[in-house]
Amino acid sequence: MISVSEYLAFIAALTAMVQPLGSYLAKVFAYESTFLDRLVAPVERVIVRLVGPAAQRPMKWHEYFLAFVWFGIAGAALVFLILKLQDLLPFYGLLGKDVLSTPMTDDLAANTAISFATTTTWQAYGGETTMSYFSQIVALASQNFLAGAAGLAVGIAFIRGIATDGGGVLGNFWRDVTRAMLWVLLPLSIPGALILVWQGVPMNLHAYTTATSLQGAPQLIAQGPVAALEFIKNLGTNGGGFFNANGAHPYENPTALSNFVEMLTIVLLPAALCYTFGAMTGQRRHGWLLYGVMTLLFAFGLVGVHWAESAGNPALMRAAAPRTFAVGDAAWTGNTEGKEVRFGTVGTTLAVVATSNGATGSTAAMPDSLSPLGGGIAFFNMLLGEVTYGGLGTGLISMILAALLAVFIGALMIGRAPAYLGNQIGVAEMKLIAVYMLIAGMVILPLTALAVMTAAGRAGLTTNGGPHGLTSIAFAYTSSFANNGQSFGGLSANSAFYNYTTSVAMLAGRFLLTLPALALAGTFAEQRRRGITSGSLPTDTGLFAVLLIAMVLLVAGLNFLPLLCLGPVAEHMMLWF
Amino acid sequence: MRSSVRAVLVSLGLLTVLAGLVYPLLILGLAQAFFPEQADGSLVRRDGRIIGSTLIGQQFDDARYFWGRPSATVPTPYNAAASSGTNLAPSNPQLAKDVAARCTALAKAHGNSAAPIPLDLVTASGSGLDPHVTVAAMLYQVDRVAAARGIDPSAVRALVERHIESPALGFLGQRRVNVLAVNLALDAY
Repeated sequence: MISVSEYLAFIAALTAMVQPLGSYLAKVFAYESTFLDRLVAPVERVIVRLVGPAAQRPMKWHEYFLAFVWFGIAGAALVFLILKLQDLLPFYGLLGKDVLSTPMTDDLAANTAISFATTTTWQAYGGETTMSYFSQIVALASQNFLAGAAGLAVGIAFIRGIATDGGGVLGNFWRDVTRAMLWVLLPLSIPGALILVWQGVPMNLHAYTTATSLQGAPQLIAQGPVAALEFIKNLGTNGGGFFNANGAHPYENPTALSNFVEMLTIVLLPAALCYTFGAMTGQRRHGWLLYGVMTLLFAFGLVGVHWAESAGNPALMRAAAPRTFAVGDAAWTGNTEGKEVRFGTVGTTLAVVATSNGATGSTAAMPDSLSPLGGGIAFFNMLLGEVTYGGLGTGLISMILAALLAVFIGALMIGRAPAYLGNQIGVAEMKLIAVYMLIAGMVILPLTALAVMTAAGRAGLTTNGGPHGLTSIAFAYTSSFANNGQSFGGLSANSAFYNYTTSVAMLAGRFLLTLPALALAGTFAEQRRRGITSGSLPTDTGLFAVLLIAMVLLVAGLNFLPLLCLGPVAEHMMLWF
Repeated sequence: MRSSVRAVLVSLGLLTVLAGLVYPLLILGLAQAFFPEQADGSLVRRDGRIIGSTLIGQQFDDARYFWGRPSATVPTPYNAAASSGTNLAPSNPQLAKDVAARCTALAKAHGNSAAPIPLDLVTASGSGLDPHVTVAAMLYQVDRVAAARGIDPSAVRALVERHIESPALGFLGQRRVNVLAVNLALDAY
């Protein structure tokens, strides 16, 4: 009973915030006045003036795309420089090289730079043994903001493409990024970070604390400006932790309440964008339908993961026999390995589903030790293209692409000209949609095959083998491509091979996917929007919702079903039968 | 071209200053002003010495103390400067082997008790720093701790029950006990 109430409270809290936040976002990006204008509008004016003429004019889709790419590349270059020079920069000496013992190799620095500039925040390192406070905050936390803002900007540009009635422009990238920062990410992050500090997330610049435990042993306790990273890492759907254990670390996620807040933070803006989309296109019912479909898929995930993690691990029961494990109210049953007591099965399930759907790697448990199907659902959520809320800005794009496919197929089935909210879907548009759908399979599958076939790839399997080993490799590339960043930590991924190959997947997931998406938005923006008539396929009915869910499952299923069978399903069979 | 280069560099520079310097310093100031205890890591002092953090578990293997969960950190358990789980797959034979060995050792340390074993006492946490165990895990250890300290078991049990933390707002998380808090109370008993 308690479990159901946590899940229901989560969905209720999210649903309650979708409309107010969604309509606020619509106002911000329509450049309408909001209650924050008096505070931040002067800052915007200064930034826009300094950025210069490029921030003044509306952009065509290819200009918008190029600005997005250059902003990402420049961000990655800045992070790379800071990381490579971190031993010369402030705060390195505070911890020293004995504490920061992981060598900052070129491949690790490049991987981390690309990772944070693409909102993946895949981490081949452990934060507390690698990064100085300066690197954590000035390089990594700031990219959490900037890359998140860039994703939001692209999402908004995409919506404008669909909403625009001719003219072919999508807005100005520099201005959108600035507004995303000043009106959305920074204002939410100030109270957000303080809530987390209240719950116990540290915010200091002290050296690691040396404590003497009750038994008299020394214990070195990592400290740092954790809260400044912690909130935005979720809000910007980034997910890279301050510490190695990420969201499972008691300093990153100290209580069940902080877990609830952090998970809500992940899905908050992507979910609100559904309403923004409805408001900007004038199709509010369709916006709510997208939100409803996402929430239904989210709920399926909760049911599946909860069931899989509650079932326990039969291998442990066999190994402990004839002893038995405690049951009842006071005990914790299920698959407890790699989980934290304060979250229990329910809080962990919420985190697994929110992070895997939300393009955010801040898991509250070790994904590697999840049950085969529990981890498999996380894997599947990422393979779906993170359409369920998804990455900030990018998640809505994935869902709309699936809706376009659903409209096309649905309209053909009943013999009508396919149109989406008044935008005609012709041959050129359909080609772009098809390209978008095919990219995931063409990146994830060859990279997985490469890793499995080469000694350098198999060398990563230092902890687990068999079907689980295959899952952990495929999971790494899927997570990188989906710009999610969570990993099966047993895969030793800090090698030149994995650092470079996952970088390829991260770049493809960020930029290769955005290219056809923005091109599509550009062609829609050129079109005059026609009225929605009785001849159009209605996109705000239950029937369309069913069709949309079928499309989402079909595309991922056709691409990845064999992989899912060889990995998680095979492991489940081995364990249980 | 030139205006694009300027736009990239200026916006990256200004926004990095905003998000990477202004914002963290603001949060640092507010956090230290309003929540200084938490901001400094929720440290616990006894007789003026830092003995740990309420949020971070520590290694207990002395019979006079309640024990926490197995920790996978290296080189020593509960290394709070290098958090880590085992990352063992549920199907990994090593996991079953480790858990079986822990079950045997745990039962042996508790007078070859045949009582059902609390799972959290034989499976490693995700962070390696979990400060909590379940109520069942505490009750399992009551007789051993009471015997080692020469205290009445019912007094130890009452002490444990006073330290049970309920789910936040009544429904978030599960009932649990902070191991360090109980052990501190035991020392002060």
